Amino acid sequence: MAEVQEVKKEREALFSKKNRKLITDPLNDSNPITVQVLGICSALAITVKLYPALVMSLSVLFVLSAGNVVISLMRNLIPNRIRIIVQLVVVASLVILVDQVLKAYVYDVSKELSVFVGLIITNCIIMGRFEAFALGNTPWKSFLDGLGNAFGYAWILLTVAFFRELLGSGQLFGFQIVPESWYLSEGGFYSNNGLMLLPPMALITVGIIIWVQRSRNTELIEEN
Amino acid sequence: MKLFKNILDSVKPHFEEGGKFEKLHPVYDGFATFLFTPGHTSHSGAHVRDAIDLKRTMITVVMAMVPALLFGMWNAGNLHYTALGLAETMTFGDKFLWGAMRIVPMLIVSYGVGLGVEFIFCIIKKHSIQEGYLVSGMLIPLIMPIDIPLWMVAVSVIFAVVIGKEVFGGTGMNILNPALTARAFAFFAYPTYMSGDKVWINTSADAGQSVVDGFSGATVLGSYATGGDVQYSVWDMFMGFIPGSIGETSTVAILIGAAILLYTGIASWRIMLSGVIGALAMGYLFNAFAPHAISPEQQSFMSLPGWQHLIMGGFAFGIVFMATDPVSAAQTNRGKWIYGFLVGFFAIMIRVFNPAYPEGIMMAILFMNVMAPLIDHYVIQANINKRKKRLATVKAA
Repeated sequence: MAEVQEVKKEREALFSKKNRKLITDPLNDSNPITVQVLGICSALAITVKLYPALVMSLSVLFVLSAGNVVISLMRNLIPNRIRIIVQLVVVASLVILVDQVLKAYVYDVSKELSVFVGLIITNCIIMGRFEAFALGNTPWKSFLDGLGNAFGYAWILLTVAFFRELLGSGQLFGFQIVPESWYLSEGGFYSNNGLMLLPPMALITVGIIIWVQRSRNTELIEEN
Repeated sequence: MKLFKNILDSVKPHFEEGGKFEKLHPVYDGFATFLFTPGHTSHSGAHVRDAIDLKRTMITVVMAMVPALLFGMWNAGNLHYTALGLAETMTFGDKFLWGAMRIVPMLIVSYGVGLGVEFIFCIIKKHSIQEGYLVSGMLIPLIMPIDIPLWMVAVSVIFAVVIGKEVFGGTGMNILNPALTARAFAFFAYPTYMSGDKVWINTSADAGQSVVDGFSGATVLGSYATGGDVQYSVWDMFMGFIPGSIGETSTVAILIGAAILLYTGIASWRIMLSGVIGALAMGYLFNAFAPHAISPEQQSFMSLPGWQHLIMGGFAFGIVFMATDPVSAAQTNRGKWIYGFLVGFFAIMIRVFNPAYPEGIMMAILFMNVMAPLIDHYVIQANINKRKKRLATVKAA
C-alpha cells in the first residue's frame, strides 16, 4: 500500500465494467476454491447438508466483505510489519460477531458447524483477499471483491452440498426428495450412497468441478 | 468371419474423416480391431515386433479368471441350496444354472456400462478405444457379493471407470486398480450390501422352501473377526465351498488362473511370491504374539496358523489377479519384491487388527498402489547412487 498514489482520476461509475469483473471473475476463472485452491478444509467438512453449507457461505460472505472494507479503510494506517496481526484482529472480531449471532438464532446449525465457524479466522480465502486486494484498493472495490470471492466460495460449497445431500441422504435442505417408497426398508430397491457422507467424496466432487472447469477453459491448466 | 469383414468394409467410409459418423470413429475402430488385425503399421520411430499386444494380454487374463468364474457360479448355487437344505436333492446342473442366472447379468451390466463409459470418453477425447476394461469388467463381478443389486454394480463401475481411470488419462495411466476402486466404492457407499453375514449367500426361498435351522451366512473371516464358530474345514476353504465374493472362494480355481498367468509370463511371479511371503511373515508374527492379544476373539484369530490366511477370504484372488496389475503395481523388479511383500503383510494385518474390515486385501492393494511410484523412485535412486559410486571407484583406481 505504500505505492498508493493520489492520481487525479475521473470518478469511476459504481458498477463500471472493471468493478463488475471484481464480482464475476471469482465466480469462475479465479474461483477461490477451484482455481486458487483456498479454503478447501471447510469445503470438505461442512458440505454434508445444504443448510449448514448455506449458513457457512453467508457467514463467510459477511466476514469477507465487511473485513475487506475495514482493512481497506485502514490500509494507509496499518504499519507494514504488523499488518498480519491487524488483519487477524479484524477478522477475529467479525467472526466472533457471526458466531454469537449464529448461537443466538440458529443454535442447531451453529452446533453442527462447531469449530468451523471459528476456523473462518484462518480461512485462507479471507487472509488472501486482505493481503492481495484490500490492502491496495479503495473500500468500494474491496467490498465488491469480497462479495465476488464469497459468492465464488458459496456456489462451490452449495453445489457440492447439493450432490452430497441428495445422493447421500436423499434430501435437500432436510426435505425428503427421494420417495420413501423407493427405499429397501419400504420394499423398494434404492439405498443412499454412504460414501457421499464421508469427506473423501467432497474432495472428489470438488475435483470433478475443477475437471469440468479446466476442460471448458484450457487456459487454467498449468504447464508442467 | 467373411461376413463381419464385409459389414465392416461397407460401413467404413461413414466413419472416416468427412463421413456421416466421423465422431464415432473410435467406436468403429474398437470393433474392427477387436475382430481383425489392424492393417496399418507404425510410421516412424523404433518399435518392437512381438506377438503379444494389449488385447492379447487382456484376453489371457480374462481366460485365467474363467475357472474362478465357473466355480463361483456353481458355488453360489450350492450355497443357496445348502441354506435351504436342498443341497442333496439338487443336481450339479441345477446349482450351476442357479448361479449363472445371477452372475451372467452382473457380467453383462459390468461390461455394458463400463464399455459404454469408455466409448463416451473415447469419442469426447478423440482417442482410440483401449482394451483395459476387458479385465476390469470381468474382475468387478467376481469381487462382489452374490446378492448385490445390479444398479449398484453399474454405479460402482461408472465410478471406477471415471474416477479410477479416465480422470488420470485412461488405460495405463491409472494410479489405482479400477476393479478394486469399484469394490472400495461399493464397500463404503453401500456397506449393508457389501459386508456382514447376510449378503454372501442368497437365501431367497421359493414357495414351500425355507432356510434351515442354525444357518449362518458369515464368511470365514467374518466368523473369526467376531469370535463366532467357523463351520468350514481347511479343505472347504482350499476347494472353495465357503461363502464369499463370487470369484474369491476357491483357492484351487485361482491357482489354475495363476498357473496360466505365470506360464504366459503376463503376471509378475515376483509380486505373487513376495505377497505370499509377506502374508506368511505377518501370519507367523501374529502366532508369536498371540498370547499378548487384547481380547479373546483377537487371540483366537491371531493364533490361527499363519498359512491358513492364504486360503481364506480374498487373499489368493487379490494377490494373483489384482496386485499383479501391471499398471498400478511397482515397475522395477526390486520394487515388485517390496510391493508384493507389503501387500501380503498389510492384508493380514488389516484383516486381524481391524474387525470393521474383515477383508484386508482390498485396502492393502489400494494402499500399495498409491505407494508403488514411491517405491520405484527409491529403487531407481538407489541404483543411480550405486552406479555413481562404482564410477567413482573406477575413476580413482
